[in-house]
Amino acid sequence: MIINHPILGPRDAQEFTYLGDANLIDRPDWRAENAIKAFHDYLHLRDNPAGEHRELWFHEQGDRSWLVVTRDTLTHEITSVELARDVARERGRGK
Amino acid sequence: MTQVNRLQGGLISRDRTLNFTFDGRNYQGHPGDTLASALLANGVRLMGRSFKYHRPRGPLTAGSEEPNALVHLRSGARQEPNTRATVTELYDGLEARSQNAWPSLKFDALAVNDCLSNFLTAGFYYKTFMWPAIFWEKIYEPVIRRAAGLGEISFEDDPDVYDKGFLHCDLLIIGAGPAGLSAALTAGRAGARVILAEEDLRPGGRLLAETSPLSDQSGATWAERVRGELVAAGNVRFMPRTTVIGAFDHGIYGAVERVSDHLPQPEAGKPRQVLWRIYSKRAILAAGATERPIAFANNDRPGVMLAGAMRAYVNRWAATPAQDVALFTNNDDGHRTARDLIAKGVNLAAVVDVRPNAPKVDGAALFAGAEVIDSSGRLGLKSIRIRLRNGETRDISCGALAVSGGWNPNVHLTCHQRGRPAWDAGIAAFVPGDALPTGMAVAGAAKGDLSTAGALSGGAGAAVQALRTLGITAKPPDLPEAEDMAVSLKPFWHAKGTKRAWLDQQNDVTVKDVKLAHQENFISVEHLKRYTTLGMAIDQGKTSNVGALSVMAELTGKSIPETGTTIFRPPYTPVAMGTFAGRSVGKEFRPTRLTPSHKWAEERGAVFVEAGDWLRAQWFPKPGETHWRQSVDREVLATRGSVGICDVTTLGKIDVQGADAAEFLNKIYANGFVKLPVGKVRYGLMLREDGVAYDDGTAARLAEDHFVVTTTTVNAVLVYRNMEFARQCLWPDLDVQLASITEAWAQYAVAGPNSRKLLQKIVDPAFDISNDAFPFMACGEITVCDGLRARLFRISFSGELAYEIAVPTRYGDALMRRMAEVGAEFDVIPYGTEALGVMRIEKGHPAGNELNGTTTALNLGMGRMVSKKKDCIGNTLSEREGLNTEDALRLVGLRPVDPTNPVVAGSHLMAEGGPVDAAHDQGYITSAAYSPVLGHSIGLGFLKRGGARKGEILRAVNPLEGVEVAVEVVSAHFVDPEGEKLRV
Repeated sequence: MIINHPILGPRDAQEFTYLGDANLIDRPDWRAENAIKAFHDYLHLRDNPAGEHRELWFHEQGDRSWLVVTRDTLTHEITSVELARDVARERGRGK
Repeated sequence: MTQVNRLQGGLISRDRTLNFTFDGRNYQGHPGDTLASALLANGVRLMGRSFKYHRPRGPLTAGSEEPNALVHLRSGARQEPNTRATVTELYDGLEARSQNAWPSLKFDALAVNDCLSNFLTAGFYYKTFMWPAIFWEKIYEPVIRRAAGLGEISFEDDPDVYDKGFLHCDLLIIGAGPAGLSAALTAGRAGARVILAEEDLRPGGRLLAETSPLSDQSGATWAERVRGELVAAGNVRFMPRTTVIGAFDHGIYGAVERVSDHLPQPEAGKPRQVLWRIYSKRAILAAGATERPIAFANNDRPGVMLAGAMRAYVNRWAATPAQDVALFTNNDDGHRTARDLIAKGVNLAAVVDVRPNAPKVDGAALFAGAEVIDSSGRLGLKSIRIRLRNGETRDISCGALAVSGGWNPNVHLTCHQRGRPAWDAGIAAFVPGDALPTGMAVAGAAKGDLSTAGALSGGAGAAVQALRTLGITAKPPDLPEAEDMAVSLKPFWHAKGTKRAWLDQQNDVTVKDVKLAHQENFISVEHLKRYTTLGMAIDQGKTSNVGALSVMAELTGKSIPETGTTIFRPPYTPVAMGTFAGRSVGKEFRPTRLTPSHKWAEERGAVFVEAGDWLRAQWFPKPGETHWRQSVDREVLATRGSVGICDVTTLGKIDVQGADAAEFLNKIYANGFVKLPVGKVRYGLMLREDGVAYDDGTAARLAEDHFVVTTTTVNAVLVYRNMEFARQCLWPDLDVQLASITEAWAQYAVAGPNSRKLLQKIVDPAFDISNDAFPFMACGEITVCDGLRARLFRISFSGELAYEIAVPTRYGDALMRRMAEVGAEFDVIPYGTEALGVMRIEKGHPAGNELNGTTTALNLGMGRMVSKKKDCIGNTLSEREGLNTEDALRLVGLRPVDPTNPVVAGSHLMAEGGPVDAAHDQGYITSAAYSPVLGHSIGLGFLKRGGARKGEILRAVNPLEGVEVAVEVVSAHFVDPEGEKLRV
């Protein structure tokens, strides 16, 4: 596969390490009342879609960017590649 | 003349004669020959024995789809089994042997299997050898494996080199037949970057085997001229002897280039084969078509071959399989073979065409509306029996029979991304379906355009269209005039009869076997394939799949497209394992990382151990030491007695900088870091988000906004990855930057009561490292050896007064040598990872054995370190109820009650007098060593409620090794429990 890195352009998927569902960005609030339950769900519950999937890839053999790749799990078509940092900020993550 | 079946003409160079042997006999051929064409020219039709029945076999085809003519090529370490004689280029001195035959190809003892065929039908091994079970492994399987099989491997290391390479192009064209060449000409003239891959040694494809001209020249001449123009253009890379084996995601193709297979052995410095990864923006599949046979009784005798193959042997290689031949066809293309054979002066005994309205043939007897129903000849075809239109039978003697059942487009690569081919009733064959791999177009015979004119214009058109999508304007070249014959064919798959008629010659699958599978309810095509093994092995059913489908369709009363088709997967043709391995063999299988003082350690005779990709010195034997324990005990005692040096360069080192660096470390470590003063080091424990401990190390604060973090050797990459995840995905607004600096610094532990004295001899006088100025857990940037920058950390893994000193990597070797030199007066010794391990067990420090992926901070006795006042990875889930029970495991020390007994790591702890089973398991021993300081074995382990059980006697049982020892629960800190030595 080829991943179109937003900074470096098209790169072979072999340069990357795969992590999984991009929802791992949405780490729960540790102070919430049900924090243990929320962390359990965050860590262990994933959708397994046949189709579009937003997922985290790490450019380990490259610039060490974490990317959010939108990929069709049936065809491997990649429709968007974003810097995970930008996605994290959009989802309200900060310090 | 020995080449009794050599004809005039052809694309072989008669000015040179090549000598070769087959089964020890000498033969001659010419450059341009394949092994199969040269053997045929020498009158040899018998080239192998079949897989199951050991039936005599000769070549069915003239290409890579060959199921029968499989030989051992070369000898010794270069012996290669299952080589297809039909694509083996002849070279002088070529050595080939038949396979699957004993004692000889002509008299094969296991041909007895052929008489037992009633017992060896489809799925026989599932039925015949069911009982008794023990017989399967001991008797049936070895016997079957010896009897059924193909070539043998040499069991020697392959002496040749295989390489891997990467190529990029605008347009990849797969196949250099008429369609591929015209596509390449179009794209090449438009200036596109083109790769033209061809499995044959020269361009032309089917043009090389045909006599119909392209305008005023032969097809082969035209192909040569086009090649000349393409190669001269510079933007087209023509790759002969290169098979595209797979279509992968996003326009990536795999290709195998056989760089040296046509030579006795590779030229110096050249690989045998190269596995290419080709990145293409667009691709055109112009892989041509493969002819298919018609099944009839005993249709597998040497001499029976595909009509197009026989035409190729006659036209391209000037070799005929026999002087008297016959033709069996259901279509007009078969008649071309008749025409060309007659033109070459071969006697055509009969043309048998299943169509009642078959076209006339000049120069041969035509039997229209007739079928071939049987054949005879023990080691080669002697005659065929035909059934005439009126039902009468007649025998015709001939040494070879050309068979044509029509042509199947080579759709294989269109299916590699789950695409399914579609049935085209017009040519009675599968053509590419709609769902092609991204960026792929198909042209020529591969698309079902079976005329030369159609291929030429189709290739050019496909190139124009593909380039248009890339913004490159191309126009079709002036193409030569070529034959444009429409396909005229009557679908006909097998002649009815009761004898065995072969569908898949490679796997000995007959029409009967397919019927049997159907009777036994194997209705799906995929089940049929697995039950009968049809379409498996070297040829992957290239000549047999559609025939078998037609029989299935007949049996089920469905049409062929309703019956389905099996999925084609890469590789298109077999690929040697060595090609996939490339240079990643033996020691090169993965990188080996060496520390800067590796050479120094080697000079000292160090014994090395693998730690991840690294080699680390395990111990340094001295003359006279015959057992590793002698070396390790000595190293421990010398270090604890005076001073020792250990190379710790392999530990991961990560530079953390930025205004929020301390805050960042606070989040990735379970314990706190915000309050760590500048100039101090702190131990840090990292948890996974599920609360389990996964790595530990130290963080040294060199400045307000600058830390250096260390990790364990094997987790260095993982920790760095996780830190980047935390930085970019979880807390993107923290002002912090990371860099891996593992390889930037060489680092050494200097441990023992004289360690400071040793260091004072190399640390420049401007830096005071006395106990007051540089106390336990201090760190700082200093210079050594008159101005070399260095970092000094007063940390200890051994429990002694100890330091770690780091210098830029290129000075590591020199620093090691200098320390050995100045330390001589203290009898300094180097120590390896074993002594390191003994000392950390004596001190009770956890390491990888304790941080084993199942243990928490609580288990490790560090529960109180996990801060409840801050957010950090893993702290929330470390509070899970199940991880915090009363009887949770705790790290303890263990010593044998009888000091002469060993403590064995991996032993489980059981109560005295209690049962030894999982239900009564109290814990387990993780690390064990002989302590030369204490004079007996010691261990670390996890024990339920371990913190409150000091003094208890337990059984350490190890049923695997048959060891049971009584052990006493003690503190994990065997040596200097108060840590006084660290602070002097």
